[in-house]
Amino acid sequence: MQAPYSRYRNNPDAVRALVRPREVHRDVYIDDEVFELEMEHLFANTWVYAGHASQAPEPGDFITCEIGGKPLLISRHTDGEIYVNYNRCAHKGTRIAGEASGNAGKMFRCPYHGWAFRTDGSLLSVPLRKGYDGTGFEDMPMGRGLAPVKNFRVYRDFIFVKLNDGGPDFEEFFGDSLSTIDNMVDRSPEGRLILEGAPLRYMHRCNWKMLVENQTDTCHPMVAHESSAGTAVKVWKETGRNDRHPAIELLAPFTSTYKFYEEFGIRVWPNGHGHTGVTNSIHADYSEIPGYWEKMVDAYGEARAKAILGEIRHNTVYFPNIMVKGPIQTLRVFQPLAADKTLVESWTFRLAGAPDQLFARTLLYNRTINAPTSIVGHDDLEMYERIQTGLRASGHEWVNVQRLYEEDEELDTTVVVNGTSERQMRNQFNAWVRYMTQDMDPAAAAMNPAAAAGAERPVAR
Amino acid sequence: MTGAGSAAGNPVAAEDIVAFVYAEARLLDECRYEDWLDLFAEDGRYWIPAEWDQADPVMQPSLLYEDRFMLDVRIRRLRGVRTYSQKPNSRCVHVLQQPSVEAMDDAANSYRTWTPFHYVETRGDERDYFNGWARHDLMLVDGTLKIRLKRVDLVNLDAPFGNIQLFM
Repeated sequence: MQAPYSRYRNNPDAVRALVRPREVHRDVYIDDEVFELEMEHLFANTWVYAGHASQAPEPGDFITCEIGGKPLLISRHTDGEIYVNYNRCAHKGTRIAGEASGNAGKMFRCPYHGWAFRTDGSLLSVPLRKGYDGTGFEDMPMGRGLAPVKNFRVYRDFIFVKLNDGGPDFEEFFGDSLSTIDNMVDRSPEGRLILEGAPLRYMHRCNWKMLVENQTDTCHPMVAHESSAGTAVKVWKETGRNDRHPAIELLAPFTSTYKFYEEFGIRVWPNGHGHTGVTNSIHADYSEIPGYWEKMVDAYGEARAKAILGEIRHNTVYFPNIMVKGPIQTLRVFQPLAADKTLVESWTFRLAGAPDQLFARTLLYNRTINAPTSIVGHDDLEMYERIQTGLRASGHEWVNVQRLYEEDEELDTTVVVNGTSERQMRNQFNAWVRYMTQDMDPAAAAMNPAAAAGAERPVAR
Repeated sequence: MTGAGSAAGNPVAAEDIVAFVYAEARLLDECRYEDWLDLFAEDGRYWIPAEWDQADPVMQPSLLYEDRFMLDVRIRRLRGVRTYSQKPNSRCVHVLQQPSVEAMDDAANSYRTWTPFHYVETRGDERDYFNGWARHDLMLVDGTLKIRLKRVDLVNLDAPFGNIQLFM
């Protein structure tokens, strides 16, 4: 039998039917068409993290990235401002900047035919320009330069991009969730972060949403990480040493009890954002770094410094695909590559004006927890890959997210709940449906009988 | 492992050092991780940089920079009954170019080698292939060669990797 051409494209009802109050259909993780639509809709309708302004401090500096599968070029212009353009020559389509970061000098010069663009993306020159005289060159969009991305926002040096025009503006989309970024920046005595060091890059053969959900999954550490954190604590006890081992200090909290996680709380915000660790967290009991407190008091006064350092949030999910750890100064990007392939890049920040030892701890955390050589990472990736293959099984077609579900639960509010609730996962899927379907055209479904037929519920695979 | 050197009246000979590097790789290939750990000096370190031509293991990002204690944790984890990422177990093979002896300094008790290598780590149906250069900084402890630092620079250290669970 011939497979239907399309079950979900331009079929918002079918997409909505993938998410129920207490469960989600496996197609959100394994279906190639759903993945394509995520790239086209979800990642174009939301404010997606693109990079950090400290990566491009000087005029001519640039960074490149991909959002929703589309190549972007972010540059610092001679006016000192950041500009975001598509990384594609206006002429034939050549990707104009080939490296992850660098300095372009005064212009981006296309390596194919030498068209040159200023560092804000506007057209500077075209070789043998007279060949276009009288051809209506000025009327063509390419005559203006690189295609700009209009909707972007540099918030405390964090660059977010929204490729489409519709949907909420930046402030409305993030709301109070920006307080996690604020806290991470405020931890610098100078109120400034410097992204420093290569990211640790870790390939996952699983869907990107499993990683995002895991950030607020507090019922897995004591089980999945028994082999890593549990073994580390056990071997440490056997040594009989009573000093503090820097790696044990970071690993031991992963063995915390259910009670610890229940009590530390989860805060959810509208639009799919949320964080674990409201009243306590695994980052609460780290050793003091000599000299840091004094610098914070000098900068902010004692009361404010205490408030800043007392905010020990664990994992903050910025929907759709990043996680920020304020107290440890890391940012993880879960970059979707295919329904079953995700690139995780874990970045580290230096707190401007803080002692080196803080940055050393950030780097230690990153390699101990987030590297492809991390024993904690090994535990997690094994679970994700087992899910990716397990979901092909018959019998259950739905994935459960109902822990501490409440009847008539109102999502899109700000509320603090039990730390073992899966409410943040439900919150993410609520936002997922909204931004997947926001600009879907149901009228087009009429042109596609297969999609119309699948509107009631997902078609069994 | 001090046979040839002792015979010549030196603490250690170049061929002893080369033989040590080969023997170290063989222990890993034979999954004798506990014996491998015994090759490290008390304050020995195993380091995989994450940046090209990296100078500092702790103020620059490393993939791995661990002491004997953390290496012991890794080995104990590999042997653990609830280590699901080792069901099935991983295996590995090292193919070494002949180690080049870079320094033989008896006074400083420092013996250094440089060894281009190919490394395969396999688990179940999957096989990952890595290439790079291993640098051994060795020392004599009670007449026996020990590892002060093993540094592994991967040629594609900026590429994304899946799980690397064993030792290169």
